Amino acid sequence: MADAAIGTRAVPAEPTAWSRLKTNRHWLGAWFMMPAAAFLILFLAYPLGLGIWLSMTDARIGRDGIFVGLENFIWLADDPIFWLSVFNTLLYTGVASVFKFAIGLYLALLLNHHLPFKAFLRAMVLLPFIVPTVLSAIAFWWMYDPQFSIISWSLKELGWIDTNINFLGDPWNARWSVIFANIWRGVPFVAITLLAGLQTVPPSLYEAATIDGASRWQMFRYITYPMLTPIIAVVMTFSVLFTFTDFQLIWAITRGGPVNATHLMATLSYQRAILGGYLGEGAAISTAMIPFLLAAIMFSWFGLQRRKWQQGEADD
Amino acid sequence: MSIAEKTKAMRSGVAIAGLLVAVSIAGGGVTTAAQAACDLQFKPEEGAELTMLRWKRFIQSEEDAFMKIVENFKNDCGVTINVQNESLDDVQPKASVAANVDQGPDMVWGLYSLPHLFPNKLVDVTDVADLLAEKYGPWVPSAVKYGKKAGTDEWIDIPIAYNGNYINYRKSALEKAGVDKVPATTDEFLEAARKMKEAGMPVGMALGHATGDGNAWVHWALWAHGGSLVDENDQVIINSPETKQAVEYVKELYGYMAPGVAAWNDSNNNKAFMSGEVGMTNNGASIYPAAKKDSPEIAEDMDHAAWPIGPVGKPTEFHIAYPMMIFTYSKYPNAAKGFIEYLFQPEQYDMWLQAAVAYLTPPLEKYESNSVFTDDPKLSVFADAARNTLTAGYEGSVGEKAASALAEFIVLDMFANAATGNMSVDDAIAQAERQAKRVYR
Repeated sequence: MADAAIGTRAVPAEPTAWSRLKTNRHWLGAWFMMPAAAFLILFLAYPLGLGIWLSMTDARIGRDGIFVGLENFIWLADDPIFWLSVFNTLLYTGVASVFKFAIGLYLALLLNHHLPFKAFLRAMVLLPFIVPTVLSAIAFWWMYDPQFSIISWSLKELGWIDTNINFLGDPWNARWSVIFANIWRGVPFVAITLLAGLQTVPPSLYEAATIDGASRWQMFRYITYPMLTPIIAVVMTFSVLFTFTDFQLIWAITRGGPVNATHLMATLSYQRAILGGYLGEGAAISTAMIPFLLAAIMFSWFGLQRRKWQQGEADD
Repeated sequence: MSIAEKTKAMRSGVAIAGLLVAVSIAGGGVTTAAQAACDLQFKPEEGAELTMLRWKRFIQSEEDAFMKIVENFKNDCGVTINVQNESLDDVQPKASVAANVDQGPDMVWGLYSLPHLFPNKLVDVTDVADLLAEKYGPWVPSAVKYGKKAGTDEWIDIPIAYNGNYINYRKSALEKAGVDKVPATTDEFLEAARKMKEAGMPVGMALGHATGDGNAWVHWALWAHGGSLVDENDQVIINSPETKQAVEYVKELYGYMAPGVAAWNDSNNNKAFMSGEVGMTNNGASIYPAAKKDSPEIAEDMDHAAWPIGPVGKPTEFHIAYPMMIFTYSKYPNAAKGFIEYLFQPEQYDMWLQAAVAYLTPPLEKYESNSVFTDDPKLSVFADAARNTLTAGYEGSVGEKAASALAEFIVLDMFANAATGNMSVDDAIAQAERQAKRVYR
């Protein structure tokens, strides 16, 4: 019976390949991803690819280059100023990130307590982050001025020093000065993000720990820190990336001087490409930053984030 | 150009078109009067409108006069010029980017050999140069060198003015140090610097990446001792005994200078001089008018002097050239050429020179007799800046290589490396040689 009933129905036409594609879940998924993929390709992959391509040409300003292979990189490998800028960048990023993390975490823990004027204090901490970088850089430039530094002036008035501190005229002084400015600027980002992370830690864990007689250090070590690890990974990845690619602060304060002592890879790249006219070589310096950045990302994602519970499994 | 700017440009374009219609409707009288005043060989295109990028003024009255000329040009020839200002150091990157993307200001008023970074992107202005030379010339020698594309007779820019960079000193500082006359030789200069340091009014000259002041004095020091980055065939010859002598001279001089000059940019010396921290520096004629306005006692006490002569026995001065260039992507090249022609008309140019109070020195002979250089004897030294200046690259070509070498601060960093003790004298020279060979390959 049933067979007969089916038999009387008009047999639907064999679906075409196109209509199958239209309704295929996997294909639909691909279609829906197209806009996002197009955005990524247009705004991320294309510029990146272009940069890498430029780094393998001898392009100059206003003139297309021809492919020269790794010539730019070979030249850079033998360029002491380039290596100096790599050293500066690593030092700058390393020292500034460690301090930003330590101070940021400390501030976050502090602000997580019940303090008078809590909201106000939290807003204050964000201040260095809100001020446009160039403005704060100019403020630092004045504070580090060889003749009119307020720091030198104050210390002189106090009778602690006789001559002005040569903040930006001496290579090492200049390095520490710009690193300090970067830390000052970067701490709020770390502090506020970690504070947000701290507030997601369930109080019940602390209560349980208190009942078990855990010390404050133990609570930090076995509750706060593990719970905070994923956000630390994210925040420090960003912090390292921002610091590694910093440009504005250096350019406004020292322009890479004195004698290239504060040139970062980003500033050197700009100087060679835009000021010197060697687009290819400048692009090569930028491209040389990619392995470092990739390493930083890999480290934080695979080193800090491998927690089973993140994949929805129980933590053991 | 951002969308907002585009809209703005379009809107003002529409406004101008409207204005033109209104003018033509109002009758021929207005148009003919305007045409009469607009007596130019280079006739601006119909409905032309220009944008120009210039360096941000150091002397307010100079900018006022320049904007007056822009306004006169608009009234006489009907061409609006939208002038954008950027700090001296930012003109070059902006111009470079414009050249690279074929979009941006029609004209750029830059410095030194900037046009030679992208000679193929610039309008040939040989006709303008010839016309100006015929009317007001001849050009000073360095203007010809800066104007012509390397190895050709084609002018790619018009050096519309120079900025003399000379010694600025406080008379009281010399007196206090027991220096009885302004140093005329490099040896006397060193001796004076030593005494001034002891007297607490040291010399201070920028050794940071200071495009104007820094480059001016280190090139003087190099050339005064017979050193040079390249020879007349663009062969790198920086590694020479003469250079070594120059570097050692600067190293000693640095020891007598105010602390922190290695961090100085173009503005530090002005501030330090005005506040009495240093008794001598090198600068264009911008401290003096500022002092006249704000602290007459400093203006009274200060004076300018030519650069001391070194072992080579002849002046080795390096002043800023200010070339005006027109980009090939401009839709109104004739209007741009017309503006340059207009700028050099006596009623405009003389007025401008006066307003610039010797901050600008003319590149054409006719204007060298402008009274701004004789009215105040303290400014007379600036009259010769354009005529005396050597060019970027010295005996070598003023091409993109010289421009790159200057933009990379090769010479300046060589001196700074050795003077600050960051490198030995030989290492500093070797590094400069290596960089220069890369640029001049």
